[in-house]
Amino acid sequence: MKRELLSGNEAIARGAYEAGITFASAYPGTPSTEILENVVRYKEDIHCQWGSNEKTAFEEAMGATFTGARVLVAMKHVGLNVAADPLFSSSYLGAEGGFIIVSADDPGMHSSQNEQDNRNYAIAAKIPVLEPSDSQEAKDFVVEGIKISEKFNTPVMLRSSTRVSHSRSAVETGERETPPEIHYEKDFQKTMLLPVIARKKHIIVEERQKKIKEFSDTFKYNYIVEGKTRIGIIASGIAFQNGREVFKDDWFLKVAMPYPFPEELYKKFAEKVDKIYVLEENDPIMENFARLITPDKEIIGKDFFPLTGEMTEDVILETLGKKDLTPEFDINSIPKRPPSLCPGCPHTATFHNLNLQKVTVTGDIGCYTLGGLPPLNAMDTTIDMGASITAMLGMEKSMEKAGKKLKQAAVIGDSTFFHSGITGLLDLIYNGSKGTVIILDNSITAMTGHQDNPGTGKTLMGDDAPVVDILKLVKDGLGIEHSFEIDGYDVKGIRALLREELKREKLSVIVVKRVCALLFKKPNWSPTIVDPEKCIKCNLCLKLGCPAITSKDDKAFIVSSLCTGCSVCIQVCPHDAMHHSDEDGMHIKDTSLVDFFKGGK
Amino acid sequence: MNTIIIAGVGGQGVLTASDLLSDVLLDAGYSVKKSEVHGMSQRGGDVIATIKYGDEVFSPLPAIKNTDYIIAFEKLEGLRNINFLKDGGAMIVNDFVWEPLPVASGAVEYPEDVEDNLRKYSSDLTLIPATDIATELGNIRTTNVLLVGVLASKMDIDKEIWINVIKRKVPPKSIDLNLTAFEKGYCFKT
Ligand code: SF4
Ligand code: SF4
Repeated sequence: MKRELLSGNEAIARGAYEAGITFASAYPGTPSTEILENVVRYKEDIHCQWGSNEKTAFEEAMGATFTGARVLVAMKHVGLNVAADPLFSSSYLGAEGGFIIVSADDPGMHSSQNEQDNRNYAIAAKIPVLEPSDSQEAKDFVVEGIKISEKFNTPVMLRSSTRVSHSRSAVETGERETPPEIHYEKDFQKTMLLPVIARKKHIIVEERQKKIKEFSDTFKYNYIVEGKTRIGIIASGIAFQNGREVFKDDWFLKVAMPYPFPEELYKKFAEKVDKIYVLEENDPIMENFARLITPDKEIIGKDFFPLTGEMTEDVILETLGKKDLTPEFDINSIPKRPPSLCPGCPHTATFHNLNLQKVTVTGDIGCYTLGGLPPLNAMDTTIDMGASITAMLGMEKSMEKAGKKLKQAAVIGDSTFFHSGITGLLDLIYNGSKGTVIILDNSITAMTGHQDNPGTGKTLMGDDAPVVDILKLVKDGLGIEHSFEIDGYDVKGIRALLREELKREKLSVIVVKRVCALLFKKPNWSPTIVDPEKCIKCNLCLKLGCPAITSKDDKAFIVSSLCTGCSVCIQVCPHDAMHHSDEDGMHIKDTSLVDFFKGGK
Repeated sequence: MNTIIIAGVGGQGVLTASDLLSDVLLDAGYSVKKSEVHGMSQRGGDVIATIKYGDEVFSPLPAIKNTDYIIAFEKLEGLRNINFLKDGGAMIVNDFVWEPLPVASGAVEYPEDVEDNLRKYSSDLTLIPATDIATELGNIRTTNVLLVGVLASKMDIDKEIWINVIKRKVPPKSIDLNLTAFEKGYCFKT
C-alpha cells in the first residue's frame, strides 16, 4: 500500500480506478473539473469523456450502466440541475453495475452563482448520499459507493465540496477490483420507464430506501467518537474536520451517509449526551432528521449556526461566542484584486465595443462573465448556462408587446453555446427574434482550465475529433441568413459589424473567433509600447481592462512582460500613441487558428 | 498543529511553492493537509494556499490569528492576509509590487502605507527583494524557491530535507539555479 498526498478530486479519480469503474463522463465545472482530468490517467482501463453538458454526460453514463458497466459521472452542484431529469429516472432504473454521481457543491460560492445543497436532490430522488470529509474518504467512498450501489441496485450520490475537492491530504491507495463483465440482453421491463413499468419501480424504490436505511446504521463509515463530556456533535463532510478543531473533548457522531440517516446509531449517540450541536454545510438535513427522531432533545443547528457560507473553525468559534473575529487590520481598506480577462484575451475588443455602443447585454457563464466587471462594464444579466440567448428573447418580446425596444445583444462562449445555447437559438428562430447573438469562440472551455469540447478537435482521451464549425452550424444548418465570422482582435471590424447588426430588424449571429490567449506555449511575444510624446492620457486604453496596461508619469504605460502584442489597444488609441516595439517580432495577432499549441493535458 | 499560508497573485507560482513545502513537511515526518483556492482566482486574482501540519491535522483551513508563518509573494497580498497571523508569527514578504487592476486602471491608489502596516501588525517581518534577486540570478521563476529559503531558515527542519525535495521537484536543468536561489533566501539578513 502506498501513501500519497492527493486532492479530493484526485482521490475520487483514484477511487474510480480502484472500484473497477470502466466508464466515466462529466461536463467541467469548478470545483469538480479535475475529477475527470485525473480519471484520464487510467484511460487504459476506463473510457472517459466530456459531455456537451451535464445532462448528456449523465445519460451517457446511464447508457453504460445498461451494459452492466460500473460508471461515474461528475459535475458541479448547479450542473446537477441540468441533469436533474435523468437523475430522477436513474433512481427508478437502478444500476446493475454500480453508479456514482459526484456532485461537487460550493459552500461559500467560491466560483458559482448559488449555494444550493445537493443532498436535497438525493432525498428528492430517493438515492443514498455519501459525504467525504477528506481525500482518503473521497477515495474510499467511491469504492464503498459502488458496493452500495450494486447491493441495493441504486445510483449513489457522492457529495463533495470545494474544500474537500481542492484540499490535499494523505491517501492510502489500493489495487483495482476486477470490473464486472460487460453484456447486454434486451429486457425492456428493466430499461424502459413507461408509466406501467415505472409504477412497479416506484414501489421497489420505496422498499429499497427502507433497506438502505437499515444498512446506514451498520455502515462502518457512520460512527461514534467517544467523548468525556455530555455534549455531542453530529457532523459530516469538511464540517466534521473543522468541528474537531473546536470540540476536542466532546462526543461526535460522524455521519458519512446523511441520507438515509442512521437512525438507530443516532439514538445510541443521543443517549450519551444532553446537548447536541449539528455541524453541516448549507441546509439543516441531518438536523431535521435528528429533531424528528428525538423531539425533546436540545439540538442546536441552523437556528444558531449560519445557513450561508462555510462552516469553518472560525465560524463555529465565533457563533459559540468563543472567538472575536473583528479584524485587527481592516482589509476592506486596501484595493481588492479582482480577476480580469488576460492580456491578449480575445474577448476584450468585443466587450469594449459593446460598452461604447451602450448595448443591453444578456450574458452567460465563462471567462467572459468578467466582461461585466469594471472597467468594461458590458454585461447586464447572468442567470445560468445558456440563458444569455433565451433571456434576450424574453426581454425583447416583453418590450415589443409594450411597443418599446432595447438595443440588445446576447453574449455566449463556444462551450456554453454547445452546452445549452443551441436550443435557445432555436427558440429565437422559431419566435421571430430580431436580436443579435454574439458567440465568443475561443476554441476551448477556458474558465475551468482549458478543457476540450466539440469545437476543439480533441477528445478528453486525447484522440482527434471532428471540429464543429459554429458559423456553418448557424448559417447552413439553422438557416440564419445574417451570420458572420470576425476576428476577435479586429476592433474596428467588430464595431462596424455590431452597429450594422444591432440596427437590423432580423436575427443575426456574430461568431467572434480567436483562440484563447493562454493556449500558447511559453510565448515570447514582442510587446506593444506607448509613445509618451503622443499619449495625451485620455485613458481610453485603460478602459480595456488589459492587465498589461497601467500608467506611469501621467502617461499610459505597458508592462512589457505581460503584453502579448494583440494590438487591440493600438487600434483603440485615437492618438496613434501605441505601436508594436518590433513590427517583425512575434505578436499573438499574427498567429493563425491552426498553429497554436493546444491543451497538452 | 501549525499553519503556513502562502499568498500571492495568480501566475506567481504560489501552488508550486506550496507543493514543495508539503513534500518537505511529509519528509520531515509530519501529517499534512493543504488547501488551495481555484477558479476565478486564476485570472489574475489573489491566490492563497494553506498548509497545516503536526501530529494530527483535522481542518485544512487556516484560522484567524492562528497562523505561524505567512509567505507573501506580493506586498499587498501579505497585508490582505495579515489577520491570520498569530501573535509572534513570522511574516515573510517579497518586496515587490504588482498593481491590481483597479490600481492599474487608475480607479484607486496603491496604498502608500503597506510596509508600515506590515510592520505594525507583525512583530517578526522579513521584507526581501526576492523578485529582484531572482532576476539577477537569471530566472524570475526562482522567486518562490528563494522565499521558501527564508522560511526554511526560520523553521526547525533539517536543511538536507529541503535540498532533497528541491532536487526532486524542479526540472533537472534548473536544479543548480534553484538551489542557489534557496541558499540566497536561507542566508538572507535584513
Ligand atoms: S483564459 Fe483565455 S478566454 Fe479566458 S480570460 Fe484568459 S485569454 Fe480570455
Ligand atoms: S497589445 Fe495592448 S491590449 Fe494587447 S496585450 Fe498588449 S497592452 Fe494589452
